[in-house]
Amino acid sequence: MPITRPRTPRRLRLNDLNKGTDEMIKASILAALVAFGLGSGAAVASGGGGHVEDFAFSFEGPFGSYDKMQLQRGLQVFTEVCSACHGLRQVAFRTLGDPGGPEMSSSQVKAFAKLFEVNDDSDGAQPGDTREGKPADKFPENHGAGAPDLSMMAKARAGFHGPAGLGINQMIKGMGGPEYIASLLTGYTGEEKEEAGVTLYENTAFDGGWISMAPPLDDDAVEFRDGHSADLHHMSQDVAAFLMWTAEPKLNARKKTGFVAVGFLVLLTSLLYLTNKKLWAVAKRKA
Amino acid sequence: MAGIPHDHYEPKTGFEKWLHERLPVVSLLYDTLMIPTPKNLNWMWIWGIVLAFCLVLQIVTGIVLAMHYTPHVDMAFDSVEHIMRDVNAGWALRYMHANGASLFFFAVYLHIFRGLYYGSYKSPREITWIIGMLIYLAMMAIGFLGYVLPWGQMSFWGATVITGFFGAIPGIGEMLQTWILGGPAVDNATLNRFFSLHYLLPFVLAALVIVHIWAFHTTGNNNPSGVEVRRGSKDEVKKDTLPFWPYFVMKDLFALGVVLVIFAIFTYFMPNYLGHPDNYTEANPLVTPAHIVPEWYYLPFYAILRAFTSDVWAVQLASFVTGGIVDAKFFGVIAMFGSIVVMVFVPWLDTSRVRSGKYRPSFKWWFWLLALDFIVLTWCGSQPAEGMVPVISLIGASFWFAYFLIILPLLGVLEKPLPVPATIEEDFDAHYPPKDATAPAAE
Repeated sequence: MPITRPRTPRRLRLNDLNKGTDEMIKASILAALVAFGLGSGAAVASGGGGHVEDFAFSFEGPFGSYDKMQLQRGLQVFTEVCSACHGLRQVAFRTLGDPGGPEMSSSQVKAFAKLFEVNDDSDGAQPGDTREGKPADKFPENHGAGAPDLSMMAKARAGFHGPAGLGINQMIKGMGGPEYIASLLTGYTGEEKEEAGVTLYENTAFDGGWISMAPPLDDDAVEFRDGHSADLHHMSQDVAAFLMWTAEPKLNARKKTGFVAVGFLVLLTSLLYLTNKKLWAVAKRKA
Repeated sequence: MAGIPHDHYEPKTGFEKWLHERLPVVSLLYDTLMIPTPKNLNWMWIWGIVLAFCLVLQIVTGIVLAMHYTPHVDMAFDSVEHIMRDVNAGWALRYMHANGASLFFFAVYLHIFRGLYYGSYKSPREITWIIGMLIYLAMMAIGFLGYVLPWGQMSFWGATVITGFFGAIPGIGEMLQTWILGGPAVDNATLNRFFSLHYLLPFVLAALVIVHIWAFHTTGNNNPSGVEVRRGSKDEVKKDTLPFWPYFVMKDLFALGVVLVIFAIFTYFMPNYLGHPDNYTEANPLVTPAHIVPEWYYLPFYAILRAFTSDVWAVQLASFVTGGIVDAKFFGVIAMFGSIVVMVFVPWLDTSRVRSGKYRPSFKWWFWLLALDFIVLTWCGSQPAEGMVPVISLIGASFWFAYFLIILPLLGVLEKPLPVPATIEEDFDAHYPPKDATAPAAE
């Protein structure tokens, strides 16, 4: 497995870590509050702050499905970069081999799980003991520097709103969760400021414009095994697609089932229409 | 069962007679299915079947979901994700259940507005209407309780806001709220009892549905003409009606099919469109979402709740008269519940002798304005209470009450209704003329 994983936070720049616990709690609450400022996107609610670009993802629309290679690249970005601070506590390693996902082989999944230390729950283990991950384990929790868990992030944010609170854009473009993530990763302007002991970074996608997460990705932060371009734009889309999969791992199956369901219902309804028409013909003097 | 005269079940074989003398269940089913139904019912009379389907869908999917769900604050959110990821077709069950709630409310609103337009609440169908309102209230309670169970941010904060309504009651409010929550704030005790009640109340609702159906099977269905079925003889009845089976069963099933196609499109292709992204973040008592918004089907009433702020003269007057006991918050709560309670009294508030809105030229305008008001209030409820929204909400809420308390009573006196068809047969024949115009149609 060429995918590597940093054991220590590589890009952690939150300067609250060495400032005592109280400060840290305050800072993480503040960070969470800032992070939540943007979680306002109901299908009907207005608001929503920053600019979100409408990326074209392979899984959009009724016919869309995940691109397995893109999910693998996104997994690589997550593992090599994001996982330093963020967890995916809802996602089991074994699901990386499931159909409609990154579809890794069972030996790949096994090797991948070993990259992670998980809580040791075996007999005689002390609290705090860890062991190598196994496919049945989930990605470990990680709240380094108050970073939120990313399992459901692509569904917990809406990138698109309106117009006028009518929710029409979400019907046409989709909810915009993965678009939001990709826009956030590409939306840093390079400006920084200090507030309550926390360094904030200007970001055009983030509601309020200032985020406590340092720019996590630069061009060629990872080297893709499939030779795919690893510029910021591509990496951002790949990891956003991967996070959509972690949030909605059954999307492919869902749409497939949907076509069968709608198809059969249309057929059944057509037959019922004809039956009903014939049944009523005499009563309506049409026969 | 009393009501419209029609052929009753006659047990024929020995077994049928044996059973009938001991338990007339076949007779009950026969009379229910073969009930004479006005043959001029239009497509707005299909929502009852859609609602019955919704109830069954919600109970069936809900029972299976409950097998995999854990009502504990530390595990509820994760157990829902377990359903989405690990349970076979769990994602389908959950999305059907969540979107099923939306379909349920969509259908009930069309059902209620149909009743309001065609005067289905009028004598002798007052009991049917009141039971219907109780069903609607039960639906609101069940929907709210169920929305808390996934234990997302909107679940938690929605529960905090809604139970706060009870806290607004002067004097006993705080005590009552604590009693409902099982503690000083929304917590594990709250989640446990909400789960228990969310499982219980649908069966209460099912019982109310049976009474609802029993009541209108006793009076007979209303119909678009608002004219009663002639009951002089079975022959007269046959001119005005057709048996529910097979005519209306087939019609309803076809309509249900159309509705289910749209439902399937939502469930399978845009399952989160009607939900709120915040509910995919686990509940956190320390972090308040920027906008706490209820599900779309509560929005009109949420708008009415928020419409009465402390700068509205009616609120100030109420506060002055009661010596400050009724504040803006309590006034809003009264207004919200009042906006539903006022509908319970509509059988007596509508003074017109003509039942169907089809033959009431002025009423029609007011009715469609009410429907528009409902949509505008829905939008208002979804918006942050700033800018023009509070003003529009106040106008909308005022019109809601004015419609029921002022316009309906006055219209009955002031309006000159159009001539009403003499019989349902006449109304039906106007749409589907008999081939031989001189002779009445032979069935």
